[in-house]
Amino acid sequence: MRLKEFWHRLGSPRWFYQMSGPWQLGFTVAAGVLLLVGIIWGVAFAPPDYQQGNSFRIMYVHVPTAILAQSVYMVLGAAGVLLLVWRMKLADMVLQTMVPFGLAMTALALFTGAVWGRPTWGTWWVFDGRTTSTLVMLFLYFGLYALRQAIPRPEAAGRACALLAIVGTINIPIIKYSVEWWTTLHQGATFKLTEAPAMPIEMWAPLLVNVIGIYCLFGANLIANLRNEILRREQATKWVRELVARPLT
Amino acid sequence: MFDSFQAFLDMGGHGLYVWLVYGSAVPLLVLNLMKLRRARRQLLRELKATQAVLDDATHAT
Repeated sequence: MRLKEFWHRLGSPRWFYQMSGPWQLGFTVAAGVLLLVGIIWGVAFAPPDYQQGNSFRIMYVHVPTAILAQSVYMVLGAAGVLLLVWRMKLADMVLQTMVPFGLAMTALALFTGAVWGRPTWGTWWVFDGRTTSTLVMLFLYFGLYALRQAIPRPEAAGRACALLAIVGTINIPIIKYSVEWWTTLHQGATFKLTEAPAMPIEMWAPLLVNVIGIYCLFGANLIANLRNEILRREQATKWVRELVARPLT
Repeated sequence: MFDSFQAFLDMGGHGLYVWLVYGSAVPLLVLNLMKLRRARRQLLRELKATQAVLDDATHAT
C-alpha cells in the first residue's frame, strides 16, 4: 500500500476498526508474555547490584513506566498536531481516551521512584529537576483530564486539549535532560541509543524485555480504546448497527 | 540467584521497598489487561440496549 493511501485511510475510523482486531490481540498477548517473563526474571534471577544490593530491582518497574509515561505524552502531543492541522478523527479519540493510561503510568513512575529513593537516597522525595518535571507532567495529565470534563462541546474540548497537549511537550526534553542540566540525586539514563548500557547483560536484558512489554501494553490499550470509541461515536451508522446486532463473542 | 526463599523475600533488607513496588505494579498491570476485555463487552451490551430502545421507538410510530 502506498504511504499516501495509508495516510488517507487512517482518517477513516471504520477502516481502522476493521484492520485493527488482530493487532490488538497480538499486542495484548505480547504484553502479557513479555511482562510476565521480564518481571519474574528481574525480581528473582537478575544478579544484585554491587552498590544498591537488591533494591535496584525496583528499576525493572520504574524505568519502563517512566519511559512510557513520557512516550504517551509525546503521542498525545502528536495527536494534538494531527487534530489541529488535519482534523483527524482518530487523533481526537487518542487525545480523549489515552489520558488515564498516561496518568496511571506517570503516577506509577513517581510512586516507584519514591519507594526506590527511600533506601537509595535516604528520602522519599526531593524537589530536583527530574522529579519536579515529572510531577509537572502528572499535573499536565490531570489538566488534560479536567479540561475534557470542563468543556461540554466535544469539538471545542478536543481542540483545547490538543493545544494543552502540544504546549506540554516542552516539558518532555526538560525531563530527559534534567539529570544532565542540574545537580541531582537521580542517576543518569539506563539506556542510551548511542552507547552500550553501563551494566552487564544479565542486568539489562530483563529491563529491555519489560520496556518492550510495556510498549506492547501501550499498543494494546491504544487500539482497544480507539476501537471502543469508534463504536461509540459511530453507533448510528449501518455497519456498527450490524456489528452490534451480532451475538456477543 | 537467591540462596533461599527467605532470602528472596528479604531482598537483603530491602524487602519492604521491592515488594511495595512489585505489589502495586503487578496488580495494576493485570487489572489493565482484564479491563481491555471487560470494557469492550460492556460497551457492546450498552449499544445493544440503546439500539433495542431505538428500534422499539421506530416500530411504535
